[in-house]
Amino acid sequence: MTEPEAILRMTGIRKEFPGVVALDDVDFRMFPGEVHALMGENGAGKSTLIKTLTGVHGIDAGTIELGGSAVSFAGPPEAQRAGVSTVYQEVNLCPNLSVAENIFIGREPRRFGRIHWAGMRRRAEVLLGALDLRLDVSAGLGSQSIAVQQMVAIARALDVSARVLVLDEPTSSLDAGEVEQLLKVLRSLREDGMAILFVSHFIDQVFAIADRMTVLRNGKLVGEYRTSDITPVELVTRMIGKELEVLDDLEESAHDRSDLAAAPVFLQADGLSRKGAVAPFSLEIRQGEVVGLAGLLGSGRTELARLLFGADHSDSGTLTVDGAVVPMRTPRAGMDHRIAFSPEDRKTEGLVGELTVRENIVLALQAARGWSRPLSRKRQDELAARYVAALDIRPTSPETLVRNLSGGNQQKVLLARWLITEPRLLILDEPTRGIDIGAKTEIQRLVAKLSGDGMAVLFISAELEEVLRLSHRVTVLRDRKVVAQLDNESLTADEIMSIIAEGSSA
Amino acid sequence: MSTLTRVKEYRPQQRHLPMIATLVLLVAAYGYGASQYPAFGSGQVVFNLFINYSWLLVVAIGMTFVILTGGIDLSVGSVVALSTVLSAELLTKHGWSAPAVIVLVLAVGALLGTGMGALIHYFEIQPFIATLVGLFFARGLCLTISTEAPSIDNAVFTSIAQTQIPLPGDSHVSISVVIALVVVVIAGYVLHYTRFGRTVYAVGGSEQSAVLMGLKVARTKVSVYALSGFCSALGGLLLVFYKLSGDPLSAIGTELDAIAAVVIGGTILSGGSGYVVGTVLGVLVLGMIQTLIDFDGTLSSWWTKIVIGALLFGFIVLQRLIARRAR
Ligand SMILES: Nc1ncnc2c1ncn2[C@@H]1O[C@H](COP(=O)(O)OP(=O)(O)OP(=O)(O)O)[C@@H](O)[C@H]1O
Ligand SMILES: [Mg+2]
Repeated sequence: MTEPEAILRMTGIRKEFPGVVALDDVDFRMFPGEVHALMGENGAGKSTLIKTLTGVHGIDAGTIELGGSAVSFAGPPEAQRAGVSTVYQEVNLCPNLSVAENIFIGREPRRFGRIHWAGMRRRAEVLLGALDLRLDVSAGLGSQSIAVQQMVAIARALDVSARVLVLDEPTSSLDAGEVEQLLKVLRSLREDGMAILFVSHFIDQVFAIADRMTVLRNGKLVGEYRTSDITPVELVTRMIGKELEVLDDLEESAHDRSDLAAAPVFLQADGLSRKGAVAPFSLEIRQGEVVGLAGLLGSGRTELARLLFGADHSDSGTLTVDGAVVPMRTPRAGMDHRIAFSPEDRKTEGLVGELTVRENIVLALQAARGWSRPLSRKRQDELAARYVAALDIRPTSPETLVRNLSGGNQQKVLLARWLITEPRLLILDEPTRGIDIGAKTEIQRLVAKLSGDGMAVLFISAELEEVLRLSHRVTVLRDRKVVAQLDNESLTADEIMSIIAEGSSA
Repeated sequence: MSTLTRVKEYRPQQRHLPMIATLVLLVAAYGYGASQYPAFGSGQVVFNLFINYSWLLVVAIGMTFVILTGGIDLSVGSVVALSTVLSAELLTKHGWSAPAVIVLVLAVGALLGTGMGALIHYFEIQPFIATLVGLFFARGLCLTISTEAPSIDNAVFTSIAQTQIPLPGDSHVSISVVIALVVVVIAGYVLHYTRFGRTVYAVGGSEQSAVLMGLKVARTKVSVYALSGFCSALGGLLLVFYKLSGDPLSAIGTELDAIAAVVIGGTILSGGSGYVVGTVLGVLVLGMIQTLIDFDGTLSSWWTKIVIGALLFGFIVLQRLIARRAR
């Protein structure tokens, strides 16, 4: 069998940013009718390779051929016209426009020379329906969860009849059902002969969908493999350049609740609720306890967490911290009670791209101390250095602008910011979103250690395995209601899935 | 979805709230005026609002486009003045024909706007600064051309100025009102039904996203300033029709009135949300307050400024509250 003609061929690509060589002599090719996974640790250069393809960044050396002829796109619109449709890692949509418009803007269906709104809404419903998403498409995008926004971005890319579809971490904020749905759509596109570039840190997803994979490490090409020729362990080894340490010691200690029963309750919610966000629920978190929140997207996980922190105020119920009822109406109140909240949306709620890693890390601590008591530069450097090392943030210079960090490394900076405030309750909303498996393990270890030292943690993640690995107790949400609270002794992901599906604990 | 459930589910949309608030305010102000002064109740009071402020309305429509992209245009007042001066100068001293003057004036406005738009987009100069430069430049140009305010007796101009279009109920409006309303309708159509219009909103929502979505951001950003320049020039012509003179010192501070009207009309200063209908209401509110003060007769017109300031404050607070609740 002769190899078919490659639709995309990138050869000898080099890209330098001031002080970093992001890509060094990288070759990459894709064939029609295949899903090609681009793999590598955080900062390996995956997103950069994609951006050089679509003309967001120019290249310093190398050639790009699309369908046999050399191309050099001046920017995303040109790439799009040539048949390269891309969903970038950060959701790039307009929150002020409706869901339907975000899918179609720039190529709206028109009739009599004007935008045909009704037709646009109908087509949006059909497209999202194919992704198993049913919602009011004329609602504003800004009021939707990150997951929905991600699906909308994907729907937008799918609508273009492209030859090459590029998806940079499309699944990082989706739950299992949605991932399945997306993979199904990708399979059918593959049948139609589309070439799909897929980036994900979830090894099992990659093995489920990819035909071929290219591995990058530190901006260099490690190799190209057929999925059938490589095992997950080999893949990970190639990605990180050494063997992955396993987390079994963690599993042991994490579930040991014996000394927790005696620990004082740090925070207790009684009948707390907010209309349209979460139905009344009760929850207690003890010092040193990790409570996991499980549930599908839109089940109210983030909303529940926001109530505990005071980011939203509740309509009913009471919140007790250290045995005293407190009105938790503003995030400031949360901070005063040493509750820290690391939000899921790092772009709009978290990081300041124009500041350095160090400045971003000390931001929350500085705010908690008050601006009249500035942290000394020496102390800032110390803290930054410690957490850059602990979380393996790369590049390691704390003076790098956060804007220039890779997606996963930005997430680590956000996490570091809340960790250094040494909160008594740390709320982590999707903390490992977009983080590679090596670093994920590090973060999980850190959470386990902190809880061992007495910090209470509320851990929200779409990944059930991760919730189970870390939590002492799991609270399950469905349709904005708490439907079960379970001790994590011999709980399995399947049990939680069936509770989520049925809506009650058996 | 059936019509019935639609009706049941109807709630004013959050993004319409500021506009609805403006409408309520406008009706209340009119009701108050009518209860205090019998003459206020006649329809002509409302039509006079349009007659007196049609020029400001056109300027504010251009401003709406700019603010929707998240920008600002401080040059509008100067461009209005430049248009009046150019018209007077060319008509009275150089004997140009009316159509030629009108075309030239509109072209100059659009050109100035394009220049500022290019500065803003390609040289990444803050809109505030670039249009401030435009403000000084156009005003300076006015004073170089003429330091006095000659009156205009061109036949076409005077006939446009004096024509009254009768309306039922013994009222009338001017040709300028018709022109302004046509501009409003076109602007509304463009914003809602064309790709350019939707891109204006997208740029205001997130410029970076708009670029990555493959929208024509550069063209759109330059175009809104060109459009605002054009609208200012047209507003200037309407002002000429209204006053029949060209004054280099006219329309000082108009940029602030226009911005106030846009904001009172519910358009958010950071961009991405607002409607031309809101701007119409905003201009009417400004005019209504002025009219109330005129009717009262004892208050100085500085009261207008104070009331406008208070209103602006109220609306910005309202917008903040709404934005916070919508989260
Ligand atoms: N605009 C930029 N300026 C300077 N450095 C940059 C810029 N963009 C990326 N980099 C650097 O290039 C390297 C590769 O980043 P890239 O975003 O491609 O990583 P990635 O493989 O996508 O990682 P992740 O899995 O975290 O998304 C990183 O070291 C990053 O800090
Ligand atoms: Mg990336």
